[in-house]
Amino acid sequence: MVQGSSGAATEAGHFEPFLPGLIVLMPLLGFIANGYLSLRHARVSADAVRRGSEFDLGDASSRPSTHTLPTWIGPGVMAGAFLITLVNFSRMLGVHLEEAVVVHYWTWIATGTFSVEAALQLDQLSIIMMMVITGVGTLIHVFSVGYMKDDPGYPRYFAYLNLFVFFMLVLVMGSSYALMFVGWEGVGLCSYLLIGYWFSDREKADAGKKAFIVNRIGDVGFLVAMFLLFKNFGSVDFISIFQGADALTYGGELVTAITLFFFIGAIGKSAQIPLYVWLPDAMAGPTPVSALIHAATMVTAGVYLVARSSVLFALAPFSSAIVAGLGVLTALFAATIALKQNDIKKVLAYSTVSQLGYMFLGVGVGAYAAGVFHLMTHAFFKALLFLGSGAVIHSMHEAYHATHSHEDAQDMRNMGGLHRPMRTTCITMWVATLAIAGIWPFAGFFSKDEIIWYAGAWAGAEGAPYPELYTVYWILALVAALLTAFYMTRMMVMTFHGKNRTGEKEQEHLHEAPPVMWVPLTVLALLSIFGGWINVPEALSAGWAGLGGLLPMSEWLHHWLEPITAQAHHVQEVNLGKYSYYAPFGGGEALWAAISTILAGSVVFLTLQVVSRQKISAVKDDVTELSGFTKVLFNKYYVDEFYDRVIVQPILRMSRFCWKVIDAGIIDGAVNAVGWGSKGAGWLVSMFQTGSINTYAFILTVGVLFVLGASLF
Amino acid sequence: MNALLDSVGYTDWVLHALIWLPVLGIGLIFWAGEERAKKVAFWWSAAVFVLSLGLWWAFDPASGTMQMETTSPWIPQWGINYSLGIDGISLFMVMLTTFSTSIAILGSFNYIKAKERAFYALMLLLEAAVIGVFVTTDVFLFYVFFELTLVPMYFIVGIWGGERRIYAAIKFFLYTAFGSLLMLVGILFLFWKAKNFMGMPTFAYEDLLLVPLSGTEQLWLFSAFALAFSVKVPVFPLHTWLPDAHVEAPTPGSVILAAVLLKMGTYGFLRFLLPFFPLASQHPTVVTTMLVLAVIGILYTAWVAAVQPDAKKLVAYTSVAHMGFVVLGVFALNMNGLQGGLVVMISHGISTGALFLLLGMLYERRHTRQIADFGGIARVAPWFATAFMITALASIGLPGTSGFVGEFLALMGAFESHPMIAFFATLGVIFAAYYMLPMLQTVFFNKLETDENREVEDLNGREIAILSPLCALMIIIGCNPTPILERMEPSVRIVLERIEEAEASASVLNVIDIASPAQAEEVAQPEVRNQGSLSGLVDGEG
Amino acid sequence: MITEALVLSAILFVIGTFGVLVRRNAMIMFLCIELQLNAVNLSFVAFSRMFGIEGQIFVFFVMTVAAAEAAVGLAIIISIFRHYETVNVDSFNLLKW
Repeated sequence: MVQGSSGAATEAGHFEPFLPGLIVLMPLLGFIANGYLSLRHARVSADAVRRGSEFDLGDASSRPSTHTLPTWIGPGVMAGAFLITLVNFSRMLGVHLEEAVVVHYWTWIATGTFSVEAALQLDQLSIIMMMVITGVGTLIHVFSVGYMKDDPGYPRYFAYLNLFVFFMLVLVMGSSYALMFVGWEGVGLCSYLLIGYWFSDREKADAGKKAFIVNRIGDVGFLVAMFLLFKNFGSVDFISIFQGADALTYGGELVTAITLFFFIGAIGKSAQIPLYVWLPDAMAGPTPVSALIHAATMVTAGVYLVARSSVLFALAPFSSAIVAGLGVLTALFAATIALKQNDIKKVLAYSTVSQLGYMFLGVGVGAYAAGVFHLMTHAFFKALLFLGSGAVIHSMHEAYHATHSHEDAQDMRNMGGLHRPMRTTCITMWVATLAIAGIWPFAGFFSKDEIIWYAGAWAGAEGAPYPELYTVYWILALVAALLTAFYMTRMMVMTFHGKNRTGEKEQEHLHEAPPVMWVPLTVLALLSIFGGWINVPEALSAGWAGLGGLLPMSEWLHHWLEPITAQAHHVQEVNLGKYSYYAPFGGGEALWAAISTILAGSVVFLTLQVVSRQKISAVKDDVTELSGFTKVLFNKYYVDEFYDRVIVQPILRMSRFCWKVIDAGIIDGAVNAVGWGSKGAGWLVSMFQTGSINTYAFILTVGVLFVLGASLF
Repeated sequence: MNALLDSVGYTDWVLHALIWLPVLGIGLIFWAGEERAKKVAFWWSAAVFVLSLGLWWAFDPASGTMQMETTSPWIPQWGINYSLGIDGISLFMVMLTTFSTSIAILGSFNYIKAKERAFYALMLLLEAAVIGVFVTTDVFLFYVFFELTLVPMYFIVGIWGGERRIYAAIKFFLYTAFGSLLMLVGILFLFWKAKNFMGMPTFAYEDLLLVPLSGTEQLWLFSAFALAFSVKVPVFPLHTWLPDAHVEAPTPGSVILAAVLLKMGTYGFLRFLLPFFPLASQHPTVVTTMLVLAVIGILYTAWVAAVQPDAKKLVAYTSVAHMGFVVLGVFALNMNGLQGGLVVMISHGISTGALFLLLGMLYERRHTRQIADFGGIARVAPWFATAFMITALASIGLPGTSGFVGEFLALMGAFESHPMIAFFATLGVIFAAYYMLPMLQTVFFNKLETDENREVEDLNGREIAILSPLCALMIIIGCNPTPILERMEPSVRIVLERIEEAEASASVLNVIDIASPAQAEEVAQPEVRNQGSLSGLVDGEG
Repeated sequence: MITEALVLSAILFVIGTFGVLVRRNAMIMFLCIELQLNAVNLSFVAFSRMFGIEGQIFVFFVMTVAAAEAAVGLAIIISIFRHYETVNVDSFNLLKW
């Protein structure tokens, strides 16, 4: 069953995977169990609906088993999966694993010329992803228990969430691109199901549909890239492709095409320009879903894809430049939109898009470890931000529910001053805000700084193909970082500080989230503080940023991922030479780290001052007329409208044209014309049949004479 | 299992039994009477299905040639035999037929309310005819069965159909009969050729394979056969009979039409078109034409499907798109393409059949098929919505379902040989979501507004019994298609080898042309023939 | 000898043909058809002198068939007459389509 790698055993002990199949299987079993409960419950609630009422869940104490069991099954299987992952992780820590360990289960597809195994791959990259998915996933599952407890579809929710984790694990653990694609589309499906979780609401169902279709555009890129790989390597397995990658020409058309098509897939899944439009709409789903799928895990799959294919991307400098360029553009673009959003989840959504842009900048400039690093820290603090906003929304919602008000529970203009009732949430969210703003010593500082640093370092590399371009990237990345600090602080101030605008009566109902919700917040806050310390850059570890060498794990992640990225780095070194140790305008890493953290810190401070003084009125009193660029930003650059006008409507019109004119008109018209033609011809010939015997006799005679005459002459 | 099958001599009689048992069932139905007709028909067809299951074990996966062959003379003067056999290509078609027929019969219990005996008798007749198509190894007999399938289907649509049933039935009959008549001409030409070549009259498949044909002859015969099969598949732009027939046909009729009858066309591609005319089949113009038509079929019908107000018509159009993937795979002319095409055939049979059954159940409840009339059904019929969701996802080819395996392999095969065309076909993946999801949303999601929708009942026991094997198969084939693929592989390999041999012996063919006096006139037109062989040479060098 | 017989037969046949073509009375047309048959019979008999007895045998066949035909034909004409009260063939065209 286990095909160990050849090199691993000799050097430093043997890595024996511990039940890797069970990691994947547990969420699947959770899905089956919760799915069964959900179907059972759905019958009951359907009967209620048919009678014209809604299903009444009743008190928390007297709920049916369909609503008590998922509480244990959902987070339970996640915790189980996390524990097994942890065992594997600790085993892997002990050995120096040079090659991936692949565990085969069965042959999935085999046609004679093409074969792909159902096999799981365990290596340093996949184990990091598994840790993030199961770890953060478990916390979010726990949080969901509190957040969703009064939702009638509780078991269905957990069924979907478990299924999502299953597919996400397949995505990162699959040993081939084909298997990765299974997870890739599977998570898209779960995303679709969860965005449209409250499907009775047309807008939410629409958002789910949009996400699925936009993702499928990306999937086409993934498929084509896979076909190209198969055509040239005869396989889609990671190991054989990366081994064969040496034969590819550096910067060749083939590898450029492959990587660009893969990147199209990544653009779709990771919401980059121009396919980012689905992610903000995806906020229609329950907030923990946004935290898990649309912040921490699924949307980072594109980054994982690029990191996994690091060899290929390193061989394609043009594609890498595109990846980095689109990444940094997205980072800036989404950050500007986030400046003017009032919906708390929309701010976070655009912030996610922006941060994903950073990750692509990282993997685009060849700093694969830095990209993965930011992926990981982002998973911590963005999940925290979403869950925190979830706690806020939960509280706001209950407050409005108690007073039967129909105000918007997600609009920050209705919030303010929430730090008094929701102290823990406020503190933890501030931790995350400082982390995302890139303030030392929070996690985001190290990861974001490393990405920006590498963008600059790439610009100064000896053989850098586009040095000026990378200088621009570096500047844009710095600007976007400052914008991040601004909009996040604005969001925090509008939500937690100043006067409360929720309403007189509602105010009393605002309360802190229950422990089942704030405990995960606290854990994530701790991770957001300390999570960055696993990869303190060497240049900083001895200086102030590393507390003079007191922060222990200098460049740990970097070294950990070395076996994965070594091949790519080798390609880079051969073709590009060494990185520059100076930023484009001089100064070393430590200096720029100091500059960026001081700048970000001052932006946070200034914003705190400015926004706190601004007069913000609740939604129902808000009469602000937007104008100029502010309006453009508020309306998200009108991109959705543009797509609708230029793509969606024309396709619809073309579809109608194809149906009405081509299909029903021309093609079927031709078919019917043949039918009518035959009928007409028959009618014409029938004219000769007069019914008069004389005519027949006459024609007969003439005919006979004709035949006789013909035979005579 | 094998010992058990051997002990009853299973392989000797099973193919006969699969054809004649349904015919016997017709008598049984009339004997049982109107009341019990449906039960008898179902159990009888279920028994036939169980019988056909034995093929899975009795079939030797290592061999690609015809197995369980039997021959007895029928019209010996003309070399027409009643000869049967089965290989990796037809094996799954037969099993799909027996499976779909029993499922379709079970699914028609509530739908068919008049002249039940006649209906179920026709269903069994249809089953016999279709199995005949798939297991016969005599070309004349094949033609007889091929045409025989039209008769029961014509009556099923024409008697139990919707409002425009007469129009649809006649269109269906004439359209497909027109195509097959040209094939008949082709078959007769082949027959005379074979008679001259072999010195005796024969319609046997194996014999006709040996007939040497020049490039020109191949192109003409290819056109005749291709037209007949393309109408059946249907290939764009010969598809317009299908939506009409599907919309008007009663649910079980639609199920059989989609699941099995369309497959006769692509089966014909694999069984006759490629092996009989290997040179014409790999002629670059021919291949490009077929592939481009397939791609147009995939994209164009997806667009048309997306704007259909009638759910059944939507699914009918998606059938054309799916069959486009089969044609794409077949004319990729490589292992992945051909096997992918075959898997799409199976998968489409299961998932589209299930979609028609589901729509039929919906129609029984609401008496409408207009998508806009529905909304929020998932709230009152959650099991129904779940089954529909699984089926729809299999239909649009989500990984882990049968649809993905087939489409993936077909596209991959096409990409190996024609990357640009395959690229456009891959866009079909987007448009699959574009037609399916809005329908899914409008019917099952959104607000539950009208009282009629509120009263929609969830699945009952019989319906669960129908749908669960279908859904299970979609997922099982999606997760582990290897047992199916490994049974197909040897047979597919034989088809491909034949094509490669023709390529290699393209020059030998010229020699035969000159040597045989009967074909002397062919020498007069060497250009076209050279084209046929030239392409082979060029490919061989590349 | 044979020439005269054949000429007579031809004249009779042409008269019969013209009768069928130009007359409108079904009865007359019927008689004209009989005339044609008998013209053929005449040539059969004439040829039998040269080629043997088969010609005369054929005449018997023709006469038998003509008798049967007369029975059916007259019956039809009578039933048409009962229906339309006329035997003018212009006034009925039931054979149309």
